[in-house]
Amino acid sequence: MKRLTSRYGAGTGHLLVLLACLALAAYAASFLLGDPDSLTVLVWFAGAAVVHDLVVFPLYALTDRALSRLPRARVPLINHIRLPLLGAGLTFIMFLPGILRQSAGTHLAATGLTQQPYLARWLWLVLAMFVASALIYAIRRVRASSRAS
Amino acid sequence: MSARRLRPRFTSPLRGPWLTSVFGAVLLAGLPLVIVTGLLDYVAYGPGQGIPAGVGPLRLPAFDWPTRPSWLFRLTQGLHVGLGLVLVPVVLAKLWSVIPKLFTWPPARSVAHVLERVSLLLLVGSILFEIVTGLLNIQYDYAFGFSFYTGHYLGAWVFIASFVAHVALKLPRMVRALRSRSLRTELATPLSRTEPEPPDDTGLVTREAAPPTLSRRGVLGVVGGGALLVGVLTAGQTIGGPLRDLALLLPRGREPGEGPNGFAINKTAAAAGIAAARTGADWRLVLTGATRLRLSRDELLGLPQHTARLPIACVEGWSTVQTWTGVRLRDLAVLAGVARPSSALVVSIEDGPFARATLTAGQAGDPDALLALRVNGADLSLDHGFPARVIVPALPGVHCTKWVRAIDFPSPR
Repeated sequence: MKRLTSRYGAGTGHLLVLLACLALAAYAASFLLGDPDSLTVLVWFAGAAVVHDLVVFPLYALTDRALSRLPRARVPLINHIRLPLLGAGLTFIMFLPGILRQSAGTHLAATGLTQQPYLARWLWLVLAMFVASALIYAIRRVRASSRAS
Repeated sequence: MSARRLRPRFTSPLRGPWLTSVFGAVLLAGLPLVIVTGLLDYVAYGPGQGIPAGVGPLRLPAFDWPTRPSWLFRLTQGLHVGLGLVLVPVVLAKLWSVIPKLFTWPPARSVAHVLERVSLLLLVGSILFEIVTGLLNIQYDYAFGFSFYTGHYLGAWVFIASFVAHVALKLPRMVRALRSRSLRTELATPLSRTEPEPPDDTGLVTREAAPPTLSRRGVLGVVGGGALLVGVLTAGQTIGGPLRDLALLLPRGREPGEGPNGFAINKTAAAAGIAAARTGADWRLVLTGATRLRLSRDELLGLPQHTARLPIACVEGWSTVQTWTGVRLRDLAVLAGVARPSSALVVSIEDGPFARATLTAGQAGDPDALLALRVNGADLSLDHGFPARVIVPALPGVHCTKWVRAIDFPSPR
């Protein structure tokens, strides 16, 4: 037993838990065998992780790094751009089918409505977040300078 | 140049086991509820009607979905979709907090390490897959091209497998990490006093920390604020009333019209291919059971009418409560010569996968289960199922069949 765990690299419990996990996942996947769409499902499954790790994450990490190069100010500006930007990114990525009008036909068939309003609504929402953030920044600046004087 | 030098640099002073564990604890509290309500949805579709069919033991034990409380499906499915959406920022934050581990070096230390990394690939792949397919489906974007039901359901089981394993392996570490710092102290620590967590063997704490630009409580506030924002943009599609307008980026934040029939439509008559000729004066409801009879809409209106305030709640998480009037299904069963039907098979004029639904004995016999002819005091509009539609308490909306043409009440054996 000791030889097994030292070769394996962890305890027996670790091995059993992971084998059970892989067995159940493989069993669930086995229901796709013979399904003509199984390859597409697999591509979307792997694609979701790859797009997150190698596209979405680097994109927001690099944007954030660019923000950290903002000129220093008495009241740091960074979070007043970072937060509304995050809100814009989050709502865009979650609700992009409507914002980009990706599914006009199926949306109309299901609801009797067009996707026309979403883009403008999202832009207003983003604007509202930036305006609110700018107002708070202005208030903080005024308070900081009155404290300094 | 060594492979090590190609690895990205992680400089956030906030990453560390405590922060990861806070996100983990929130997900551990929330995701089981999303899982269970999702699996309940499969049960709610009724015996033999869950999609995908034939999933062997990969489902909850079957039971007759109750009709009470009438808002049961509205609650379970509203929670499944609503909580699922609210947790998206937390999932993204959790992934941000552990992403240095993706580039861990060497990539494989032992068999155990390889197996665990495979299970993590399944975990991350499946939760993102569930989020993406779910989000696309509630916005009627079928870009993925495969059956949503099949993909989302089987993906859920891959997620359940890897989630349970992850919790089993990491729970002690999560508890230890949560105890390593006091939440109350963190919430009282401003940016000026924010220090990195002490270095440890998790590999989460960077050795090249940049000066903090956000406190630890600030990060928690950002993620919590993101969840709150999504909650505000989602809750209205389920709760309705004045809150509905706040769901401004979701299809069900809007209502297609005014007046008694102005509420949300699920599949228009045009999309279902309902020809006006088949719903006109020649329309007859065919009732079968011990006998067979054909009833015109006027004859149905001549039967005792019953009114009930009931929700239509959709698998996409949205719902709307309206006042329906029509003939009780159990009265129709008596007319068909079956006093206590074992089920009811409802068939629509439309073609397609949801053109028929089987109701259980309990659903067909409920005093508020109706073949509705009118809604909010007016005749049903064509988009809401004129000449007649089924409405049953707590029944998934997709089984509240519209444009009904026949109902069969089998006798109990």
